[in-house]
Amino acid sequence: MNLTLNIWRQKGKIGKFVKYQAKDVSEHMSFLEMLDVLNQELILKGEEPVHFDHDCREGICGTCGMVINGLPHGPLKGTTVCQLHMRHFKDGQEIWIEPWRSRGFPILKDLMTDKSALDRIIQSGGFITVRTGQAAKAEAIPVPKSDAELSMDAAECIGCGACVASCPNGSAMLFVAAKITHLGFLPQGQPERMQRAINMITKAEEEGFGFCSNYAECEAVCPKNISISTIARANRDFIRASFGYGAGKGGKAL
Amino acid sequence: MLKLDSRIPSGPIEGKWSKRLQEVALVSPANKRKLSIIVVGTGLAGASAAASLSELGYKVSVFTYNDSARRAHSIAAQGGINAAKNYQNDNDSVYRLFYETVKGGDFRAREANVYRLAELSNVIIDQCVAQGVPFAREYGGQLANRSFGGALVSRTFYARGQTGQQLLLGAYSALMKEVGRGSCQIHNRMEMIDLVVVDGRARGIITRDLVTGQIESHVADAVLLCTGGYANVFFLSTNAKHCNATAIWRAYKRGAGFANPCFTQIHPTCIPQAGDYQSKLTLMSESLRNDGRIWVPKAVGDERNAVDIPDNERDYYLERIYPAFGNLAPRDISSRAAKRMCDEGRGVGPGKRGVYLDFSDSIARLGRNVIEERYGNLFEMYNRITGEDPYSSPMRIYPAPHYTMGGLWVDYDLMSNIPGLFVLGEANFSDHGANRLGASALMQGLADGYFVIPNTIGDYFANTRLSPVDANHEEFKAAANQAHVFIDKLLSINGSRTVDQYHRDLGMTMLEHCGMSRTKESLTTAMKTVGELRERFWQDVKVSGEACDINQELEKAVRVADYFELAELVCRDALEREESCGGHFRLEHQTPEGETLRDDENFAHVAVWEHQEQGPAIRNVEPLVFETVKLAQRSYK
Amino acid sequence: MSWFVSYYRTTVGKKVVMAVTGILLFLFVLGHMAGNLQIFMGKDQLNAYAAALHSQSFAPILWTVRVVMGLSLILHVVASIQLTVHSWNSRPQKYAKIRYREADIAARTMILSGPIIAFFLIYHILQLTTGNIQPSGEFALQASGAPDAYTNVVAGFQVWWVSLGYIVAVILLGFHFYHGLWSWTQTLGWDHPKWNGLRRGLATFFCVAIVIGDIAIPLAVLAGWIK
Repeated sequence: MNLTLNIWRQKGKIGKFVKYQAKDVSEHMSFLEMLDVLNQELILKGEEPVHFDHDCREGICGTCGMVINGLPHGPLKGTTVCQLHMRHFKDGQEIWIEPWRSRGFPILKDLMTDKSALDRIIQSGGFITVRTGQAAKAEAIPVPKSDAELSMDAAECIGCGACVASCPNGSAMLFVAAKITHLGFLPQGQPERMQRAINMITKAEEEGFGFCSNYAECEAVCPKNISISTIARANRDFIRASFGYGAGKGGKAL
Repeated sequence: MLKLDSRIPSGPIEGKWSKRLQEVALVSPANKRKLSIIVVGTGLAGASAAASLSELGYKVSVFTYNDSARRAHSIAAQGGINAAKNYQNDNDSVYRLFYETVKGGDFRAREANVYRLAELSNVIIDQCVAQGVPFAREYGGQLANRSFGGALVSRTFYARGQTGQQLLLGAYSALMKEVGRGSCQIHNRMEMIDLVVVDGRARGIITRDLVTGQIESHVADAVLLCTGGYANVFFLSTNAKHCNATAIWRAYKRGAGFANPCFTQIHPTCIPQAGDYQSKLTLMSESLRNDGRIWVPKAVGDERNAVDIPDNERDYYLERIYPAFGNLAPRDISSRAAKRMCDEGRGVGPGKRGVYLDFSDSIARLGRNVIEERYGNLFEMYNRITGEDPYSSPMRIYPAPHYTMGGLWVDYDLMSNIPGLFVLGEANFSDHGANRLGASALMQGLADGYFVIPNTIGDYFANTRLSPVDANHEEFKAAANQAHVFIDKLLSINGSRTVDQYHRDLGMTMLEHCGMSRTKESLTTAMKTVGELRERFWQDVKVSGEACDINQELEKAVRVADYFELAELVCRDALEREESCGGHFRLEHQTPEGETLRDDENFAHVAVWEHQEQGPAIRNVEPLVFETVKLAQRSYK
Repeated sequence: MSWFVSYYRTTVGKKVVMAVTGILLFLFVLGHMAGNLQIFMGKDQLNAYAAALHSQSFAPILWTVRVVMGLSLILHVVASIQLTVHSWNSRPQKYAKIRYREADIAARTMILSGPIIAFFLIYHILQLTTGNIQPSGEFALQASGAPDAYTNVVAGFQVWWVSLGYIVAVILLGFHFYHGLWSWTQTLGWDHPKWNGLRRGLATFFCVAIVIGDIAIPLAVLAGWIK
């Protein structure tokens, strides 16, 4: 199939869309492979290839991500862009490709953004403080299967930033809430639970991300289908923490 | 010749590690604060080492070429992590895990290292659970296990099909905790492009900032390479696109020994290549083999759809040839069997390079729900990539390069022959011999990072007097200068073919001539072709963009330049190892049934290659001594 | 109070304020509607109800409600403005193309439906509570001197554009509630796998009830059922 691509090209502060023609695209190609082929042509023509972040190309590392025709990671639900294949596009289609747009994700070049704000949010509390060697025997901590499953549902977050990219408010709440929920469902996560909610949510705001208006758009574009139930849980933890509940659980009144 | 002292403690195997722990000298907390350590790579080994060392009080700087520490390719490991907890009461033990790992590695690993690995497997699980890794649970709330890749006991712990992700996020969160505390510095999007050795000791690295293009010098008292393997030398592999060998290769060129480079693993269950544009191959977890049956049509050139071929016209070849293990036969054995079937012309799918992995019997026996619960996400992934529905027609799979058992030589303390240079995880050679069993890569990465290096690195510091060095030292200046020259050269060639075109050619040559089966002839051809390709590359490659900017083509070019040299070494090592063992299969050396035929008399050793500025590398040897296990032919029949 | 201030400074704090004030305002709208529907029970009933509300003994309650509603409204509006500014700041550069899968029209127009409803509310109070605006002529009084609520409502709605404005405002209010009534459960963390399905259903039920209940009055007047 043949496609018309409008790709955001940016070097320095200002960018613009540039039109490219992608010819003889196979339907079995992944979207990134389609861009690879385009880039090979550009290089041989003496132009700079389109820069985009990617690594594992199996939908788990969370490095890749671009907004395709207005949807982060493109038209297929529950999929990262590296796992999006061209069979989901039509011959002759015009495609608009943009980077994640958020104050928290400055654009580095073309479709590449700096997502290190997400790391800093994790640094503020997205962990269980246990030093190597301090661990109790694993069998000493039983976890109800249902809790373990719900925890795992949230833990699947790959930190790709699509939630931020899709949110009309540019909120990172789904990312934050997924971590709060992952650790909050486990007995090991209880001691720091309250403080974690306050620290992470406050940090996300500091990094320039928006707030949650419960649009649920993040859930709809999340490649791991993480539920906004996690956001309700994060809000609950935050509210309880700020009322001083669970002071013994690392909570404190604001 | 290299001085290769493996420093394996004496005494019975059960006591070696505790003996070593008692012997190592300690560093006082006050001194730890003054000692700086560079950790390159943030996979399981790197992240766990950096976090643990920072907790101990060392000054740690971590480097990753990714935009975040959480992206390292450990994240893609699907199946699970082994531990000898014996929760299933199925007669598992540390000894059994140790023995199976040595045997699985075809008796080409160091006994003592493997035993330590098995011993540490249990505390790894404890540590991960404490960090909040949501392992699968039984209804009673206890940890669940499954049997995995060629094991007769259920000892694999897992978190759905994303065990690597969860373990890495555990180690990453520990690392982030330390970074947040301010005791550890992290440098994202920074690639190590050289090692700096001062007075014979590793004292720092040269990096390229992938955002600004700056070449920078970083000084430390010790350097840890946790940079993974080199399977991308084959171009199409299951590794992430950016996985590369540059860090270990540059260390090799600075004098570190490279051990067993020819030990590469081809994973049996990957989605076959679909076209010429293919950029990488996707692994389907080996756990699928627990419930899937592998077959090809009995007749050559059978063009019918899989579902139209009746049972009696299917050849369930693994069950036929290896009745005891059947579809769970170890990786190297299943991979070669698949290749044989396709070589016979019985392959399926586009290009006839594929075999079926069929779940219809399991679905009939257990119900679709059970299969969906166990493998739902893998089935989805398969469907996303191929557009086919594996519930109604069998999957197609084919082997693909996946893991490299070879790597930099290290002693029992994980230190290379360059004092102060430590190598952890897949980047070293130590634990898997000639073939790695499923669910043991994660185990090794974490054992090295959490429990080995924090104990052994102190011994180096306590017994070494390090002179003060800074980035203005002439060795640093010289190395930085070399890096500039190297990059300028790449950018100035402005030839007619892209980096990817060269890399693809290299990969095809390597897979064809140095892949699942090798001969003297094929290896000689490969070395010749690789040499020619390398020469052409340096005369005719086209690298776009500038040095002082984000330049992904330049990043690739640096890596591929190193792959050429590494590929030649892989071929040479394969050529000199005149035996078959594990993933290294020389057609000249096989049993009448077509299995690997080891030559324990002449090759029960580690081949350690030593770089020479002029002339070919020198092959050194570390003999492997088996005090505990008896060498036996690996039989899975 | 310091905890409230630092709490309010966070966006979740502001959202909680919006949720709580939103619930209060919703309860008022619900009660207000229930009272007004007495118009279908005849003039005497409605005027008696109006009189009761304005009676001496009820005054403390009336004024409490007025103050709480006023404060709620102010907090709701102020928080919404602050949050909207925050939202704009979070994405300095807009997308050239944007599509939504889940974020429905009601959710995305909260910031439009809100101010329109506020303007309508001012008009509504001026027309029917204080009587400053009289589209139909005079502000009717009963013999006792108290406002004749029934007559004022009927006379007002007989003017077609008053009814139309009212109906549009109520529909917008319905949209506002459609998202708001669901959204507060999330914001306040009222999440349970068992009840989550119910949240959307209840929100829809109440917003439909309010729209139908409130629209019924002008429609009945226009249709001539209430004179």
